[in-house]
Amino acid sequence: MRLALVHTRYQLLETVRVPIAVVGSAFFPTVSMLFFVVPFSGDDPVAATYATASMVTFAVMSTNIFQYGIGVAEDRAQPWDPYLRTLPAGPAPRFAGRITAGLTMTLLSLIPVVVVAAVATEARVSAPAFLAALGTVVVVAVPFTLMGLAIGYALPSKAATVVAQVVFFPLAFGGGLLFPPDSSPGFITAIAPYLPTRGAVELMWAAVGDFRINPTSLVMLGVWVVVLAAVAGWAYRRDEGRRFH
Amino acid sequence: MIVARAIQATRRYGEVTALDRVDLDLHAGELVGLLGPNGAGKSTLLNLLVGLRRVSSGRVELFGGDPRNPVYRRRIGVTPQETGLPPTLRVGEVIDFVSAHYPDPMPRAELLDRFGLADLARRQTGGLSGGQKRRLAVALAFVGRPQLVFLDEPTTGLDVTARRELWEAIRQFHAEGGTVLLTSHYLEEIEELAQRVVVLGRGRVLADDTVGAIRDLSRVRRVSLVAPDLPDLPGVRGVERVDGVTRLLTTDSDQFVRDLVRSGVAFSDLEIRPTSLEDAFLALTTAEPTTAEPAVAGATTTAEPAVAGATTTAETTTAEPADA
Repeated sequence: MRLALVHTRYQLLETVRVPIAVVGSAFFPTVSMLFFVVPFSGDDPVAATYATASMVTFAVMSTNIFQYGIGVAEDRAQPWDPYLRTLPAGPAPRFAGRITAGLTMTLLSLIPVVVVAAVATEARVSAPAFLAALGTVVVVAVPFTLMGLAIGYALPSKAATVVAQVVFFPLAFGGGLLFPPDSSPGFITAIAPYLPTRGAVELMWAAVGDFRINPTSLVMLGVWVVVLAAVAGWAYRRDEGRRFH
Repeated sequence: MIVARAIQATRRYGEVTALDRVDLDLHAGELVGLLGPNGAGKSTLLNLLVGLRRVSSGRVELFGGDPRNPVYRRRIGVTPQETGLPPTLRVGEVIDFVSAHYPDPMPRAELLDRFGLADLARRQTGGLSGGQKRRLAVALAFVGRPQLVFLDEPTTGLDVTARRELWEAIRQFHAEGGTVLLTSHYLEEIEELAQRVVVLGRGRVLADDTVGAIRDLSRVRRVSLVAPDLPDLPGVRGVERVDGVTRLLTTDSDQFVRDLVRSGVAFSDLEIRPTSLEDAFLALTTAEPTTAEPAVAGATTTAEPAVAGATTTAETTTAEPADA
């Protein structure tokens, strides 16, 4: 436990020392807030709140896909990783440290989105709704963490970078994150429930407003979690087998 | 006390057998050199002993237990490859981070001092020179006050001064009772530090002997000549004939030439070349598959040994018995 915290601290330290990595994951959602949400729905409290929740989901997704997908793949290529395995601790503290640091970075990446929403739009949430949203962030981080880990453990770092960049935008767009809850284009309404981003964003919307979740989206989110966990677990074990068996 | 051992340790990677039934006992307080060319199995043996890899068959033990169990790794120290140090962390931070894994680590200041890193504590490792990284990497093996350290090519890429300093630190650790297993390409480095040498080649232990005995082997010369029929001459090994050319190995090329001339055989194109230790071992062992240990001890020669980068000038050394 103490060691997990030590690993968390140094993971964060390494991340913070390269500030562009911190800025990068928050960049796209924040810019989307400024360019699309603020001018088009900033004056409408309900629309602005939903849009903010969408951008928060977006940030959670992209941060996790990138930090795990690329971070894990890069670490696997470094001899530092096997060296740590020779220290008198198993792989668990490092893994726990990675997840804790990842969650911390996720929450940090949300700050600019929330600040823009509070300062430049009419988006408002009550204190209980804010706490519910915070809890929901942790829940929706799960599928995207697993997706990032699956990418990071399955692919070499160059391929992982490309795949992370290729998947994140279609997931956001296809899941309807860039549209208000009930006015997505027809084809997106058709495919969205089958993407993990939809279930995630609907949970966020329900946390901050009066939104009724589509059961299909929620069931599919559960399916995604199971499938991504299986893929991540498979990739992790395969990597362990290749490097440490 | 045996601190680490391999018992018929075999490791295969798919079709390739990287380590083939290796037996090795490391006793407390020994300073053992592991010598061999790339691909000989040095890294694989080290990886097995530090718990990074599993044996395909056979067994490895650290302090009587399985190296895969972290508990048995508490008293060992390992050198990371310096290319892998986290570039954004400072030297002091890397040391603190590794220290956190051990119950009774060496204080940071003491470690920095021992390895000449005191001035670098605040520097990010990414900005260090190759030699400085190498020193930090070696220092990390000593953070946890280990009883046994594994040093993989500890001084590769260091200049002469830095190399001597590092050797001094290793000797100091050994003088305080520490056990060292170090790998090297260079006989010189092993001679400088080790009492006992284990030579690996193609995954097998080719020799496990004192530094002195191994040095005798470094006097092996490769001879080639064209001769219709070679008489039986003493000290000749691994004779093979290809396209009329006879190739052989001898532990005393001077004596060989004298014997050859005296025998009256007509010969031409005589060539005598130094051979690498590994070649010598491999030729000697493959030439005589029935002999487990290459028997060359006792070869006396006044020839200047100059083998595989090893420039030895001292003819007399006191090679202590390995298990003293």
